[in-house]
Amino acid sequence: MLDTSLRGKKLPPHTFEVEKGRLRFFAKATGQSDPIYIDEEAARQAGYPSLPVPPTFFFCMGMESPHFMDFHNTLQLNMQRILHGEQSFIYHRMAFAGDTLTFEPEIADVYDKRNGALEFAVKATRVTNALGEHVADLREVIVQPGKVRPAGAGEQA
Amino acid sequence: MKLRDAQQGDRFTLPPVTVTRGMLALYAGASGDHHPIHIDLDAAKAAGFDDVFAHGMLSLAYVGRLLTDLAPQAHLRQLDARFMSITPIGAIVACTADVTEVEQQADGRHLTLALKAVDEATGDVRIAGTAKFIV
Repeated sequence: MLDTSLRGKKLPPHTFEVEKGRLRFFAKATGQSDPIYIDEEAARQAGYPSLPVPPTFFFCMGMESPHFMDFHNTLQLNMQRILHGEQSFIYHRMAFAGDTLTFEPEIADVYDKRNGALEFAVKATRVTNALGEHVADLREVIVQPGKVRPAGAGEQA
Repeated sequence: MKLRDAQQGDRFTLPPVTVTRGMLALYAGASGDHHPIHIDLDAAKAAGFDDVFAHGMLSLAYVGRLLTDLAPQAHLRQLDARFMSITPIGAIVACTADVTEVEQQADGRHLTLALKAVDEATGDVRIAGTAKFIV
């Protein structure tokens, strides 16, 4: 069973410098041909300072932390059996190549379902830019198989 | 902007994408997610799978493309997704967005869209979710 006392535990933050080349690579890898995401002149004509960070790339930047495995190690997740169950983003303002973004993660929740057969760990991350402006909120749910509790050992839908 | 005059019941789609091994390699590099289960056949087999499989986030990136096709990205306020099943090599990922709610508020039209990424090779739903825009 995952340790429920870890709910609310803050994890080390990290910063990430958004680079044009990386965003262009991400556009290529995801089949994005909209010039706004590739060509800085097109981005500027659309009113942006540079190439915009596309909606799902915030998750990728969240992984680029020297402390990325703290979430998994703290919870002792089974790296061979975990799956990405859910992912959410709340967008407050756009981010662009040239920005330096700060990611502040925490273990938001830990729970299980089906009497322990499935275990869930939730990481919530607050993203801000160099001006301290709130850029986005990320929420990911990681799921892994657990040990079913013996009969009579307790609830859990 | 496709969402400017969108009404409840409108459906928007992205041309389907066939997921290849090469695309997994590129996405692993670009996304920074190098988990061996997506790129190393030996590791995938050791973990009990027949083959490597795609990152759920690759299909969600296709959903993201559909969304930024519908309106300039600043109008997208929220994206929620559940990964319903693993996307295998050879999946034909077809993304759809259906307008389920339109509400005029003081700060603009609030639209809610139901999202799906369906694997046309098998009929399985890979991603189900919701997006919210203010236009």
